[in-house]
Amino acid sequence: MKKDILLSGVGGQGILSIATVIGKAALKCGLYMKQAEVHGMSQRGGDVQSNLRISDAPIASDLIPTAGCDLIISMEPMESLRYLPYLNKTGWVVTNEVPFINIPTYPELSAVLAEISKLPRKVVLDIEAIAKELGSVRTANMVLLGATTPFLGIDYKHIEESIRDIFARKGEEIVAMNLKALAAGKALAEDKMK
Amino acid sequence: MSKQLLLGDEAIAQGALDAGLSGVYAYPGTPSTEITEYIQNSPGTKEEGIHSRWSANEKTAMEAALGMSFAGKRALVCMKHVGMNVAADCFVNSAITGVNGGLVVLAADDPSMHSSQNEQDSRFYGDFSLLPVLEPSNQQEAYDMAYSAFELSEQTNEPILLRVVTRLAHSRSGVERKEKKSQNANSCVDDRMQFVLLPGNAKRRYANLVVKQTELLTLSEESFYNVYTDGSDKHLGIVACGIGYNYLMENFPEGCPYPVLKIGQYPLPQKQLKRLFGACDEILVIEDGQPFVERLLQGYLNQGKTIHGRYDGTLPRTGELNPDNVALAVGKENKAEFIVPEVVQMRPPALCDGCGHRDLYTVLTEILKTEYPSHRVFGDIGCYTLGAGAPFYAIHSCVDMGASITMAKGAADAGLYPAVAVIGDSTFTHSGMTGLLDCVNENANVTIIISDNETTGMTGGQDSAGTGKIEAICLGLGVQPEHLRVVVPLKKNYEEMRTILREEIEYKGVSVIIPRRECIQTLKRKNSKK
Repeated sequence: MKKDILLSGVGGQGILSIATVIGKAALKCGLYMKQAEVHGMSQRGGDVQSNLRISDAPIASDLIPTAGCDLIISMEPMESLRYLPYLNKTGWVVTNEVPFINIPTYPELSAVLAEISKLPRKVVLDIEAIAKELGSVRTANMVLLGATTPFLGIDYKHIEESIRDIFARKGEEIVAMNLKALAAGKALAEDKMK
Repeated sequence: MSKQLLLGDEAIAQGALDAGLSGVYAYPGTPSTEITEYIQNSPGTKEEGIHSRWSANEKTAMEAALGMSFAGKRALVCMKHVGMNVAADCFVNSAITGVNGGLVVLAADDPSMHSSQNEQDSRFYGDFSLLPVLEPSNQQEAYDMAYSAFELSEQTNEPILLRVVTRLAHSRSGVERKEKKSQNANSCVDDRMQFVLLPGNAKRRYANLVVKQTELLTLSEESFYNVYTDGSDKHLGIVACGIGYNYLMENFPEGCPYPVLKIGQYPLPQKQLKRLFGACDEILVIEDGQPFVERLLQGYLNQGKTIHGRYDGTLPRTGELNPDNVALAVGKENKAEFIVPEVVQMRPPALCDGCGHRDLYTVLTEILKTEYPSHRVFGDIGCYTLGAGAPFYAIHSCVDMGASITMAKGAADAGLYPAVAVIGDSTFTHSGMTGLLDCVNENANVTIIISDNETTGMTGGQDSAGTGKIEAICLGLGVQPEHLRVVVPLKKNYEEMRTILREEIEYKGVSVIIPRRECIQTLKRKNSKK
């Protein structure tokens, strides 16, 4: 088993919390993992990415090679396109469709979405809207994570356990809310894949 | 013991803690900051009285750590690569004084300049200081090396330089811990002259350090961080240093066909290098940072065996290594299946919405551009360096910590007017205070703006050494009270800010303006903790 995952977004959007859940689940399954993060200057509203590598064999490089990535998870539509050269032939892109516009040169959203729609394997969803419907916008990233679960190669129940561990100290209500968001994302992705 | 998921930086911190650390000394700097933060947040730090408060700069950190070593305890100094330049005076001399308690100097290099002004390679510092250098390739080695560096330091009586690069510092993996050692007791050396570098004594000690090189070389040759792995194809022999080894192995998941010498400890192990040279037709050096090993192996006249690497273009001359450029160096290629569509725009980092630096730049650029077209603004290192780009285009220099004030002075000496400096509070106490004294002593015609957000913002909001003391420092250095102006940078105060700026630019002498408002990120974190 080997999964190379690239998470992308804008500094401050919280891609690392998604990576943390997957990472913990991977460790629980006894898998090897490496996760390279971006700290420092880019965190001030710049584009950020994280390379998450999971495998049942030791992993050499902290960085994913070109055309080596199985899955791009993006909190932002334009950012889902920035790392396409890393995506392998059969790789999936799972992305939020709501733009984060903090630059004057941000392109027309329709042009961005048109590029995403050209990709052979993608799931595009409005994670904020789904999270809002469920009652908490703050769980938007868990909706996105849920939508990636069909492609992770990690049992869904391990992802659930990982969320329980991470949010346990915040109380049962928060845990339940995040699990609901996760399930909603999963259902949506499965629906779109049909 | 089960594995812990740690950043390279955190692995170093944990390794040092488990090695019986008594104090960490550091100034924040990407990518080294998380080491000190991890120690500050470790449960044992308070209980065991481990020093972990931030220092004013890398030089004061290095000196305090040497002092702790002098008194017999184990100390760690952490900095980013350019911090080595600040600490260098003490660092180079600490090789000559030697140590008492174990002393480890951590330099986090930033090839590709993700958050830096240059990509200098700290191994050169180890080389000309004649000190051992350790360079981990992964998180486990980062832990192991931090742990054993203290033993090596106490064994050789020398400081040990531990060098990492951004990709390791900021990448997470599982790390297994060793047995925790207790701290050293307080004790001083019997030789009262050991740390007295008067020429007569320094000459003796330096000669000893030179003699010690044989021992350091033997240690490298016997080190299990330097590993020779034979290969069947002898056309090429590969020297892979630190994280470069990972990128090599990424390209050979079934094992490398060429003989490989993995380097993790310097001085370079001569015995193993001779073996590689003897066995192989050509040599490839894979090292992240500058071509340090490659240059040594090649020699100035390059008349020996063919050496491939960054000089001959086998690897790029600048920038960090990655699986792709190392693939090309070993005759492979990772071809992209998809390209980045043209619609994708650059998204450079920017000052946060609501940040006080924004208000400063809004008013400052308005006044300077309309009323003082001959102006130049000397910037410094911090979030406010982002004022160089859109929409402000406000600053015209960014060189090193503190250089805003002193460059403004030099330019004013040359007749430039108005010469304005913009520096943050933490950078001011790091390296700006002495420059301000120079200005005061000559009453230089400079307008110095200390944009005070009461934190070290760019690195994530660490305590700033001068918080609450900036006015007192300026007055103490001799700034005239009537030319020390404080204002809150908010939209409602723009008129007041304009007036102050005009008055102080018009004043022919040293003025200091302090726009002060807490960093909104720091404030947000404080409020969420409540």
